Amino acid sequence: MSGTWITTRAWLLMLPLLIVMVAVIGWPLADTVHLSFTDAKLVGTSGSYVGFDNYVRLLSGNAFGRTLFTTTFFAVVVVTTEMLLGVLAALLLNQQFHGRTLLRALLILPWALPTVVNATLWRLIYNPEYGALNAALTQLGILSDYRSWLGEPGTALTALIVADCWKNFPLVALIALAALQAVPRDVVAASYVDGANAFSRFRFVTLPYLAGPLLVALVLRTIEAFKVFDIIWVMTRGGPANSTRTMSILVYQEAFSFQRAGSGASLALIVTLIITVLAVAYGTIVKKLAGSAA
Amino acid sequence: MERQSPLFRFFLHIAALLLAAIILAPLVWLFVMSISPAADLAAKPLRWWPETMDFSRYATLLSTVENSAGAAFMASLRNSLMVASMATVAAVSLAVPAGWAVSRTPSVGWSLSLVIATYMLPPVALAVPLYMALANFGLLNSVFGLALVYLTILAPFTTWLMKSGFDGIPREIEQAAVIDGASLWQTLRIITLPLALPVVATSALFAFLLGWDEFFYALLFTSDQRAKTLTVAIADLAGGRVSDYGLIATAGVLAALPPMLVGIVMQRALISGLTSGGVKG
Repeated sequence: MSGTWITTRAWLLMLPLLIVMVAVIGWPLADTVHLSFTDAKLVGTSGSYVGFDNYVRLLSGNAFGRTLFTTTFFAVVVVTTEMLLGVLAALLLNQQFHGRTLLRALLILPWALPTVVNATLWRLIYNPEYGALNAALTQLGILSDYRSWLGEPGTALTALIVADCWKNFPLVALIALAALQAVPRDVVAASYVDGANAFSRFRFVTLPYLAGPLLVALVLRTIEAFKVFDIIWVMTRGGPANSTRTMSILVYQEAFSFQRAGSGASLALIVTLIITVLAVAYGTIVKKLAGSAA
Repeated sequence: MERQSPLFRFFLHIAALLLAAIILAPLVWLFVMSISPAADLAAKPLRWWPETMDFSRYATLLSTVENSAGAAFMASLRNSLMVASMATVAAVSLAVPAGWAVSRTPSVGWSLSLVIATYMLPPVALAVPLYMALANFGLLNSVFGLALVYLTILAPFTTWLMKSGFDGIPREIEQAAVIDGASLWQTLRIITLPLALPVVATSALFAFLLGWDEFFYALLFTSDQRAKTLTVAIADLAGGRVSDYGLIATAGVLAALPPMLVGIVMQRALISGLTSGGVKG
C-alpha cells in the first residue's frame, strides 16, 4: 500500500470527527470573533461593526481588572492547595497500612460527585441559619454566633475555595499515586543501601517519577480553575458584592444577563487568550524539563 | 524496604483516619440530611443523627404523580440520561475511527492535537453563537440540541482516550492478519476492535460521566421539563423556593449515586484512564 493512500485513508476516517468539530467548535469560535467587533444584542439586532470599541471599553473598565484578580487568586490558591494535599495523600497511600485499599477507593468518591451536587452540598453546609459548619463550630465553642459564610465578601471566596479543593484534590492524589507506584522497587532499595535519607530519597528517587504526571495535572487543573463557572454559579452567583465573580461569570452576565452579545464575545476571547498564553507557557516548561531529564 | 517503626505506624494510621474523615464527612452529612425530618435540620443545637430515619423524600422525588415535585425530578432524570447517552454514543462513534487513524498514521496527528487544544476554550467563548444557532434550528430546550452541544466536550476527550488505547495494541497483530489475507475491514472488525473493547468501554464511561456532570450549557440552552437536566434541576432547588433542605440533599444523593457506583465498580479502569495520558506525558 502506498503512503498517500494510507494518509488519505486516515483523513477519511477522521472526517466525521473533523466535520462535527468544525460545526460545533470551529464555526462558533469564528462567529464569536466576528461578534466581538460588533455591538450585537443576544436577540433581535445583529449589530453593526464597532472595531475594537468593546475591547477598549472592557479593558479600561474596573470590573475587568478586579475580576481577573479574583480569578487568578482563586486559580493559584486552589491549584496549589490541591497539588500539596494530593501529593501528601498519595505519599500516605503509597505506604503499607491496614485499610489502604479502602482509603484509595474512597478517593474516587469526591471526584465522581457531580460538580453541581458538590456545590449544593457545601452551600447547605455553609447555610447561615441551619448549616452544619455553624453548628459544629458553635458546639465546639470555636464560634460564638452563627455566620453567613457565603453572604460576607470576606469569607465567601475562601468558602468556595475549600469546596473546590475538597472535590479536586483526590484526582491529583490518584494521579500522583499511580506515578509513585511506577517507581521501580530496586531503585528504592538501592537508595536505602546507599544510605540516602528520607529527603534525598524523595528528591532524587521519587520526584523524577512524579514530576511529569504532576505537571500534566497542574496544567489541566490550572486551565479548569481559570474557566471555573459551575461551582461559583450554584454557590454565590459571583456575589456578595462581586467578591467571587470570576471571568466566566462576568462573561455570562455580560452576554446573557445584560444580553450584550458583542461585548460578551470580546470578553470571552480575552479569557481564551489568557488561558492559551498560560497553557503555552506551561507547555514550554514541560518540554524544557523533559529535555533536561533525557 | 525499611521496617516501619511503631511510632511511624501509629502516625500513618492517624493520617489515614484523618484523610478518610475529610473525604467522608461531607458525603455522610449529605445522606444524613436526606433522611432527617425537617424539624431536626432546623434544630439548634443541630441534631447530627435523626431519632427516626425518614426516607419519605426519596419516595416523593421518585414518584411519577403528575405535577408533583417528583414528576419534575423524574423528567430531569430522564433528560440527563437521554442527553448523556446520546452524546456518549455519538462521541464514541466519532472517536473510534479517528483515534485509530491517528494512532496508525502519525502524520495526521497534528489535527488531533488541534482538536484536543479546544479543551482550553472556556465554554463561554462558544456559548453566544451556539445559542443563536440552536435558536435558528429550533433546537433550544431540546435534548437533541443539548446532546449535540455536549460533543464539544465529549468528542475531543474520547478521541484522545481511544488514540492512547489503540497505541497500546501492537500494529504487528494487524499486519499479521493482513498477510494472512484478511482485508483491512476484516482485520479491524475481528482483531483490533475486540482488543480495544475495554478502552471503548472506559471512554464511554468517561463520556457519560462528563455528560451527566455538565451544567453550563444545560443552564443556558434548556428552560423546562422537556429538556432541563438533573444538574439544572438541582441548582434550581438550591437556588431557592424550596424550604426543606432535606429535599435538596435527597436530590443530590440521587444525582450522585450513578456516577459514584460507576466510580467504585470501575475504579481500576477509571484510574488507568485518568493516568494514562498523565504518565505518558
